[in-house]
Amino acid sequence: MTFDRRTVVKGIVAGFFAAGVHAGAESSAEALERTGPMRIWDAHSHLGSLPGDTPEERMAVLVRHMDRLGVERLILSQGFDEYISHPTPQQVREENDRVMRVLQHFPDRAYGSVYLSPDNVEFCLQEFDRCVKDGPMIGVGELETDVRCNSSALDPIVERAISMNVPILQHTWMKTSGNEPGESTPYDLVELARRHPEGKFICGHTGGNWELGIRAIRDTKNVYAEIAGSDPTSGFTEMAVRELGADRVIYGSDVGGRSFASQIAKVIGAEIPDSAKKLILGGNLRRLFQPVLAAKGLAS
Amino acid sequence: VIDTNVNLFRWPFRRLIGDDPAELVTRLRKKGVTQAWAGSFEGLLCRDVAGVNARLAAACREHGPNFLVPFGCINPKSPDWEEDLRRCHENHHMVGIRLYPNYHGYTLGEPAFAKLLSMAANRNLIVQIALSMEDVRTQFPLMLVPPVDPAPLSELIPQFPHLRLVLLNAGHWAGNRNPSVRKISQADNVYLDIAMNEGVVGLTRLIAETSPARVVFGSHYPFFYFESALLKVRSADLPRDQELAVYERNARSLLHQPS
Repeated sequence: MTFDRRTVVKGIVAGFFAAGVHAGAESSAEALERTGPMRIWDAHSHLGSLPGDTPEERMAVLVRHMDRLGVERLILSQGFDEYISHPTPQQVREENDRVMRVLQHFPDRAYGSVYLSPDNVEFCLQEFDRCVKDGPMIGVGELETDVRCNSSALDPIVERAISMNVPILQHTWMKTSGNEPGESTPYDLVELARRHPEGKFICGHTGGNWELGIRAIRDTKNVYAEIAGSDPTSGFTEMAVRELGADRVIYGSDVGGRSFASQIAKVIGAEIPDSAKKLILGGNLRRLFQPVLAAKGLAS
Repeated sequence: VIDTNVNLFRWPFRRLIGDDPAELVTRLRKKGVTQAWAGSFEGLLCRDVAGVNARLAAACREHGPNFLVPFGCINPKSPDWEEDLRRCHENHHMVGIRLYPNYHGYTLGEPAFAKLLSMAANRNLIVQIALSMEDVRTQFPLMLVPPVDPAPLSELIPQFPHLRLVLLNAGHWAGNRNPSVRKISQADNVYLDIAMNEGVVGLTRLIAETSPARVVFGSHYPFFYFESALLKVRSADLPRDQELAVYERNARSLLHQPS
């Protein structure tokens, strides 16, 4: 399967114009065309909450929706089955195998990110080697709620990721209603990132309570704010750009439970320069992954 | 586009781009909206509901004549709320009201709510119920407001067959296996907006589980980025006729439906 980059721009433009929705969206779309192709890469996606019995069927659903909104590529990780907070090694392997099946069938539309459960570090390192060092994957995560990520159990995993220049996507929330046991906050990720200044950490959801999450990571320059998986509340992206700079803000959706629509809207609808939108929607992600992509001879 | 779910004035916990009525109107017009049904954020916390509704009506007249359609707020736990309802209808000539049961501290199973529905139906007012305004996980810690449980509606709706009811911010409605919720979604006089509908196939599921004629465009602007609702419709790849129905026709038919 091939993907014409021109359709990316057309997808967005069609998305605004064909609906009969004009001026504001029009000026935005025209500006995007002026500044060059808007290549959308999605940092955060899963195969859950989608119709289809197989990974391939579910990915085909995602691809249809990607095409409608001009999303070029996903970073795909675990989540085909309902989330289990302490998966067995067998369950972890199955999730990663499903992602690798997708990569085989849709090499132009997805890259893979390895799922690891820091409950079992020795197994994690083996799984990293199987999927990333010796396999097709290019990232680590989404790491979820097994162990809070400030734990020293993560250190060997981070060191292995750094050895291959691989970014890590860590789930974080700061739920007003209370986090789950083992669920990480941006503060936890900051602790981890400060222990590993050479690492590249993507702060999944930016803590959900983004006004707090953005501030929590502000001074830790190797942590990137990721906007996926929360309601499209106005102001999120503007504050992230203001406080962190556009080059530290990354678009992700958290499909299939979330929609591309509500999450892309956080960028397209934000009052920020088009140059910033380009960085957030894909430029920053490609820059972060460029070393590992180059090492593996993969396209960026 | 008729947007059935916009809000005037300030959200209590954050400044929003578009929280000035004149600016909101300008921005919505630029986005292609031709009519916006407006509630007031002030209605969530202010106890002087009559004042809230008077300011809402005045702002709609001043900044958006023939564009902003005011939906006054009624709190059936407040003394003499019946007079607020009368003023909405007779003084401000409103076509509908918007309710915030979770902010006003009542359930849909309480007698006062049934009385309100009855009186609104008698006046042929559209009733919008905001089932939620914000994800409880991101709310201000001193003010947690869980979403409204819609289940009691399943018993009430058959009592008011001519009432036009719109559920706003209904969230993960599609795929809900609760029998009460399924019964509500089958009622011909119940409409749902799409502001908090989620998932890659969320809108398609919502339409399949309700009716193509009862899903209306609602953005929850300016609390949400307007483009969220817009892109949901665009990316659902609906038949053109269904797309137009969601954008505009269903809301128009709701507005002009005879009692």
